[in-house]
Amino acid sequence: MQLDLPLLSTVIWLPILGGLWVIFTGSGRRERSVRVDALVISIVVFALSLLLYRDFDLSTADMQFVELKPWIAAFKINYHLGIDGIALPLILLTTFTTILVIAAGWEVIDQRVNQYMGAFLILEGFMVGVFCALDALLFYVFWEAMLIPMFLIIGIWGGPRRVYATVKFFLYTFMGSVLMLVALLYLYTQAHSFAIPDLQAAQLTAVEQQWIFIAFLLAFAVKVPMWPVHTWLPDAHVEAPTGGSVVLAAIMLKMGGYGFLRFSLPITPDASAALDGFMIALSLIAVVYIGLVALAQQDMKKLIAYSSISHMGFVTLGLFAIFDIFAGTSDWQAATMSIEGAVAQMISHGFVSGALFLCVGVLYDRLHSRQINDYGGVANTMPKFAAFMLLFAMANTGLPGTSGFVGEFLIILSVFKASFWYAFTAATTLVIGAAYTLWMYKRVVFGEIRHAKVAALTDINAREAAILTSLAALVLLFGLWPAPLLDMMHASVQHLVEQVAQSKLSVAAHE
Amino acid sequence: MKELCLYIVLAPLLGALLAGLGGRAVGRAGSHWVTILGVGISFALSVVVFSRVVLGHEPPLNVNLYTWLGAGGVDFHVGFLIDQLTATMMVVVTFVSWMVHIYTVGYMHDDPGYQRFFSYIALFTFSMLMLVMANNFLQLFFGWEAVGVVSYLLIGFWYQRDTAIYANLKAFLVNRVGDFGFLLGIAAVLMSCGTLDYAAVFAKAPSLAETTITLWSGHPWSLMTVTCVLLFVGAMGKSAQVPLHVWLPDSMEGPTPISALIHAATMVTAGIFMVARMSPLFELSTTALSVVLVIGGITAFFMGLLALVQNDIKRVVAYSTLSQLGYMTAALGASAYSAAIFHLMTHAFFKALLFLAAGSVIIGMHHEQDMRKMGGLRKYLPITWLTSLVGSLALIGFPGTAGFFSKDAIIEAVKLSHTPGAAIGYAACLVSVFVTALYTFRLVFLVFHGQERMDHHTQEHLHESPAVVWVPLVALAIPSLVIGAIGVGPIIFGDYFGGSIFLNAAHLEANTELAGEFHGVTAIILHGLLQPPFWLAMAGVATAWLCYLKQPSIPARVGSALAPLRRILEAKYGFDTFNAWFFAGGARGVGWLLWRAGDVGLIDGVIVNGSARLVGWWSQVLRGLQSGYLYHYAFAMILGLLALLAVFVHKMPA
Repeated sequence: MQLDLPLLSTVIWLPILGGLWVIFTGSGRRERSVRVDALVISIVVFALSLLLYRDFDLSTADMQFVELKPWIAAFKINYHLGIDGIALPLILLTTFTTILVIAAGWEVIDQRVNQYMGAFLILEGFMVGVFCALDALLFYVFWEAMLIPMFLIIGIWGGPRRVYATVKFFLYTFMGSVLMLVALLYLYTQAHSFAIPDLQAAQLTAVEQQWIFIAFLLAFAVKVPMWPVHTWLPDAHVEAPTGGSVVLAAIMLKMGGYGFLRFSLPITPDASAALDGFMIALSLIAVVYIGLVALAQQDMKKLIAYSSISHMGFVTLGLFAIFDIFAGTSDWQAATMSIEGAVAQMISHGFVSGALFLCVGVLYDRLHSRQINDYGGVANTMPKFAAFMLLFAMANTGLPGTSGFVGEFLIILSVFKASFWYAFTAATTLVIGAAYTLWMYKRVVFGEIRHAKVAALTDINAREAAILTSLAALVLLFGLWPAPLLDMMHASVQHLVEQVAQSKLSVAAHE
Repeated sequence: MKELCLYIVLAPLLGALLAGLGGRAVGRAGSHWVTILGVGISFALSVVVFSRVVLGHEPPLNVNLYTWLGAGGVDFHVGFLIDQLTATMMVVVTFVSWMVHIYTVGYMHDDPGYQRFFSYIALFTFSMLMLVMANNFLQLFFGWEAVGVVSYLLIGFWYQRDTAIYANLKAFLVNRVGDFGFLLGIAAVLMSCGTLDYAAVFAKAPSLAETTITLWSGHPWSLMTVTCVLLFVGAMGKSAQVPLHVWLPDSMEGPTPISALIHAATMVTAGIFMVARMSPLFELSTTALSVVLVIGGITAFFMGLLALVQNDIKRVVAYSTLSQLGYMTAALGASAYSAAIFHLMTHAFFKALLFLAAGSVIIGMHHEQDMRKMGGLRKYLPITWLTSLVGSLALIGFPGTAGFFSKDAIIEAVKLSHTPGAAIGYAACLVSVFVTALYTFRLVFLVFHGQERMDHHTQEHLHESPAVVWVPLVALAIPSLVIGAIGVGPIIFGDYFGGSIFLNAAHLEANTELAGEFHGVTAIILHGLLQPPFWLAMAGVATAWLCYLKQPSIPARVGSALAPLRRILEAKYGFDTFNAWFFAGGARGVGWLLWRAGDVGLIDGVIVNGSARLVGWWSQVLRGLQSGYLYHYAFAMILGLLALLAVFVHKMPA
């Protein structure tokens, strides 16, 4: 089947228009038909994104499915889309997760169903837009736009402290990204273009690079989130409805890592190299400090939120250890393993943290509590649920055979070449991660039933089982055979590393 | 051959999936049939592989199944390496596993988790096979962690019990500490060799013998020493060497068949197997071997002592396992890999036997495990008694039994070893012979002989366990008797392992010295009768007889005379207390502190909310200025004018 559609535009705008349609036509209709509409749209979008995968050429690092139309010609701002092997897996993750989120909100959301479903579809479009945009201004527009539906999702369907959480979430991320806008505008004055490939090619002095790097850093570090700008995340997760948490953890956090890959590393390679020690230190603090903080949590969502921060520490570690890996091996090839590990970690974290938030959602829907102490002995009444949650908990501890292993494994193997102590510190997650995850699992799932409410729990229904099964299948698939995922990105990561390896300072000196 | 191996691993996996996911469609009986059949097929085919590789001297098979992933110029594979070492492990694993499956039909008869149990143990068999059949470090690590997870599931099998779910978490975390080192060791291998495939790594390793790595500036370490010690940390976790041994006694919370299969015969020997497999690496570092030897010796002796003060029948056997694992480790440290694997093999049979026999006793006693409430069971459980006796004799190394040959080989090897620390190791191994005999026969006498101390109700219902339980006991008793005599010639004196175990030139020489001339099994037995280990063992048995049959008042008197020592032993040297306080408590405390002081206090309290408050305060100030009264503004204007004027005057040239 060959479609003469601008495929990327379709994957972006179909959910946005579909979401608007659901919102405006859905208010008077029966809720069920609204849900079905939303689900159908999300499935169609996912199917279209699979066409991207089918037609994707693995052998090249060039941007594919490129669309280019003038938008604001006076400033050379274009509607410019295209994807490479780094964006593609993230887009697939986005379109897949949206289906799950819509299915997860099925019976649970009974107020303003049309708006809820619509908000997620619109959010999906914006997020895909972020991964597709090849024009920096277009990227910025999508980047900021996606805050709005998420802001509403937490603000309307969230928990009791949702206002505090949304304001914190919004201010944190907005403050970071405003500086990114300044950096982009400055880059425009240098490159005379907003096209991301042009920005990547722009020649910049060391000082320029450092300022730009720092401006980008604030935007991306907040999103990842890196220590110490992470405290919005636990609050946002705790107050968000299940679907919001899933999207937040599975996709929005990846924007930060994607930003580092697309902007910081290629545009400011020398600043990245100069500040890599700082980035590695923050990453390792995230792994250890946040891991220990997770151990102290009593709220399941907070615990998983902290676990997310700790896992994302691996991503930033993998991205910024490449300079030291090169220093240790004199081989940029070795550095690609680290970056591919970081991307694999992002994708896997999407499945695993999404699944864990869904698991907490399953419990919350029944008992309306997220407190670990309100549970205990859930395995007695919900054996199927217990089995699923065990798999995801094990994946969260990075068990080989699950997707959670792949990224951590590749990153630890790679950073060992940079420094024994990086690897040593990062590998403590084997113990700390297992401790907080399995200790929570023990207190929630194992043991005797201590509360009457737990005794009355019913096991997961077919809808919940279907959602969790699909995630379980992916967690196992990419754990047992991650090659297809990695093959998607080889060429693009190779290209990225070549860009990073080429110092902009030496070129300037030659000219 | 490749297909054969594929069936060997997939048959138990299929059984596990059917039993675990089949639900009511498979049913209770269905679940034990599919898993017993699966593991049975696996065993039968393993025997075929064994006969071809070991007896038929086929060249080793080294084949990749598929590429897990490729990144950074390195391909990670899933594949098999089938040589003499692997084939031996496969037969041992599948045979013991098969026996345990059959036994379980009787032991778990009334358990509501029957199907789940069969699914887990078949899954375990699959994981263990993947571990031993791996041809690269990645898959080794897969199997390594997978057996850890199944062990976690099985220790916590009765998940309502607080002790069980405490023990399984503890086991997993302690194993993870080992895996932490193991993973770093693998990373070191990848860094130095650029691949994780055994064959390529082993080929490359000799050229790295002199390479150093800097961990602290100005202090170079031998790369091989660092690598091997890190790998050995992994072995210490899985094979429960001091100080990572703490999980194994607690693992007895799991059902008894599991204690036999996982926590005695197979999984805990994974570390021993791994070090033997890595012999081409360990042989390059005398320092690493020295560490291995000393740790092994310490474990053999100090864990043996703890068995003396246990009253729970399973815990005695568990501490005995720790001590025997110490022997194997010491053998590895002395470069006597063959002896270590030989003892691993004989131990797998007699220790599985002892555990299953203990299980049979426990069934008979209506799930009473305290030996102080047993006694005189010989006449009620004759088969269990007899098979236990066989297992116990093998354990203490009575001449002629399987344990005799393997343990003697270890003691001789450690004695002859020139590895630094060998003297300590030898002393520990020798004294442990006495200790082993003492605790083993303490168990035999307390349980099967002497006064009947159980309550009347239990006594009335005592009878021998059903055939499904005692047949595996007999099936394990036979190899516990004969496998040593059969194996000692080829394994210790011959070239049984061929190229699968590597010895450097110096150790090869020492090994030849150890082997000496092979004059047949009878000669070895006769020789053994004149050696110190035999007399030490006899002394142990005699002491046990004196203390627990002849004069039962002695232990109490000795105990009160040596009260401080007894307290230390009963506290298990304080490892558990220390770990609970320092590591578990410490990590939770630090985590709480970082959270409250760092996240909530400093970052949120001062910086985030603080800046919000600052903005609020500032806007308050600004709001106050805009009062709307004209005279306020006029006043401000006058003040401003005055200020400007002042500046103007001040700046004016004089």
